[in-house]
Amino acid sequence: MRRSLWIAALLAPGLLVMALFVTWPLLSAFRYAFYAFNGLVPDHFIGLRNFSEVLLEQPFSGWTFRAFRHNVIVFVALMIFQNGLAYLVAFALLKALPGHRVHQVIVFLPVVLSAVIVGFLWKLFLHPIFGVVNQALALVGIAGPAWLGDESTALGSIIFTNAWHWMGFPALIFLAGMQRISKETLEAARIDGATDGVLLSRIIWPLVAPSATIVFTLTFIGSFNWFELPYIMAGVNGTPGGATDVLGLYFYRTAFGSANSGLQDFGHGSALAVLMFLFIAGFSAISLRFLRRREIEV
Amino acid sequence: MAGFRIGRLMLAATALWGMGVAAARATELTFWTWRPEDKAAYTELFNDFTKANPGITVKFEAFNTENYATILSTALAAGRGPDVIHTRAYGGLEQFAKAGYLLALDKAEVPELGNLPDDALASETLRADGKVYSLSFASQTLGLFINQDVFAKAGLQPPQTWDQLISVSKALKEKGIIPIANGLATGWMDEVMVSVFINPFLGPDFVKDLLAGKATFEDPRYINAISKLLELRDFLPPGAAGVDYATAQQLFLSGRAAMFAGGSFEIANFRKQNPKINMDFILPPAPTAGAPRPASKFFDGGYAINAKSPNKADAIKLIRWLGTKQFGDKFSMLLGNISPIKGVEIKDPLLAKVAQMNPDAMPYIMAVYFRYESPTGSDLLQSGIQKMMAGSITPQQLGADLTQGIGRYFAPFQKK
Repeated sequence: MRRSLWIAALLAPGLLVMALFVTWPLLSAFRYAFYAFNGLVPDHFIGLRNFSEVLLEQPFSGWTFRAFRHNVIVFVALMIFQNGLAYLVAFALLKALPGHRVHQVIVFLPVVLSAVIVGFLWKLFLHPIFGVVNQALALVGIAGPAWLGDESTALGSIIFTNAWHWMGFPALIFLAGMQRISKETLEAARIDGATDGVLLSRIIWPLVAPSATIVFTLTFIGSFNWFELPYIMAGVNGTPGGATDVLGLYFYRTAFGSANSGLQDFGHGSALAVLMFLFIAGFSAISLRFLRRREIEV
Repeated sequence: MAGFRIGRLMLAATALWGMGVAAARATELTFWTWRPEDKAAYTELFNDFTKANPGITVKFEAFNTENYATILSTALAAGRGPDVIHTRAYGGLEQFAKAGYLLALDKAEVPELGNLPDDALASETLRADGKVYSLSFASQTLGLFINQDVFAKAGLQPPQTWDQLISVSKALKEKGIIPIANGLATGWMDEVMVSVFINPFLGPDFVKDLLAGKATFEDPRYINAISKLLELRDFLPPGAAGVDYATAQQLFLSGRAAMFAGGSFEIANFRKQNPKINMDFILPPAPTAGAPRPASKFFDGGYAINAKSPNKADAIKLIRWLGTKQFGDKFSMLLGNISPIKGVEIKDPLLAKVAQMNPDAMPYIMAVYFRYESPTGSDLLQSGIQKMMAGSITPQQLGADLTQGIGRYFAPFQKK
């Protein structure tokens, strides 16, 4: 009994914080999503109208699906480029080549920087007039584009920045997974004539499945909650012309008003937040269940 | 001797008691704003208020512009917030007034409302009840800034007509000078640029027809006007799509660019950043020689009272004082903005020139009429203009998108 009370007492502060700052806002958003607003206060119950407007009626629906499409692109691109590279980097670090400890620190270093700093720095680097990227390109006679201003390069530039920022994190997770594989397994494969490519695809990949599950799930949640970098680098409107708009930005400017108009629309904003929550939670749960099945105990 | 001592003690006690009463009566009003850069000026202005109203002091608290509305609405929803609030105008005010967060002002309690022109009062009025909720603080005029040193060095004259704008821009570009500093990466600046250049092409009746439902944004007048912007693409900075507001300012102030489409709110800011800047502010180019060249005008915001302020009587005293000519004169002098208070004397020659443009100015259309509901005209235009300038949509598509988006709540468009 005393032990139970003691456990409850230890849990209570955390639960209280969660209830106040997570559960309560979440429930409020659920409630607000079903209301029409009079200015900034909920006015009357309107059922699913906010949801139908953000999903089915123009221009909201166009913006919703455009933002969703961009989130999907972000997720796929990060899985391939950021995490793919991280997997290769982890393998290189596993080989313990000379200087691998320094490289391990270098790879992980950007992760400790805040997204604000990284976003601001890369925004400067990619500036069409003063940026080092275009100045370097000019030295070899190439006129660089307005990276963050051109519809065809803006989203890619922010994805690249994200990959630069975060690549060290999945690399470390993969490296930890690889270090759990017994040396005998890898040596046996080598003796049988396995090349690096075969090792990576046939031996290591199935054995780091738990790491891949974590990386996949975190990348999925991060991609669909993506906010800081696009906010800093492209602004709350997802410039240019919505080419970098993602669900996080769309929700934020709908609910809290963009600097341009200041109009706050909590009804539609809450509906978007609820949809995002349901999608991320639902898809994460399903994918986790699926990915766990392919994990192999070492 | 003892009597003298007792007398002195009584005098001291009386003085202390008096101070205590004064302290008890002293009120500190809080004032919230999104303009931290105005702190020094408001400190001086509020000191003047305290001199005129002993016992009432005002505490200036500023917040980040982008998050101001969120911070304010959260505080007001919790029944807290400041006594006096810097509010936005039009739709930005209405959402707070509708929610019952602001105290309605009337001429019986605030006779100084009579010092403001009708359009200033309209910008701070809740359309549903027709009551004024905020006392307008500044009008802003949009036009064309000219770097006079750059023009003099290039041996050119500022453009008066559209054809001159194009020919002057070509000449500047040939001399290695960026003709127009504006980039496209900052949405609200795009809207400013649109208004500066297209208003003279819209004609005198377009806005009236738009509001009456006789025209939409698909009207040939609007499409033709907005199409003119495509002619400017060659004269914006290299990589204009990625050039933001801060860069555009620096290009103009450093003399790398000759013109800047902007608002009168830039004047003080430009001078602060480059005290040596030799600039002029002119009306936008006319479609043809001799045709009208209206600038654009809007009201920036106002001063309102929190409906739950425990210090309403003192807050009303402050609002009344903020509506006086005495305040307006000093406000314009210190902050380089045009106070809308009637009879205000503007001593700065450039600001006075801008003020003279106001009677013939057209409204800054999206801010004045279409920022009340979602999707706002500003959000639609700012996103659309970036696409149009990038060539991914046509002016006709932009006009159709504006009409469709605004038509969700603007009844006259729904009949079309």
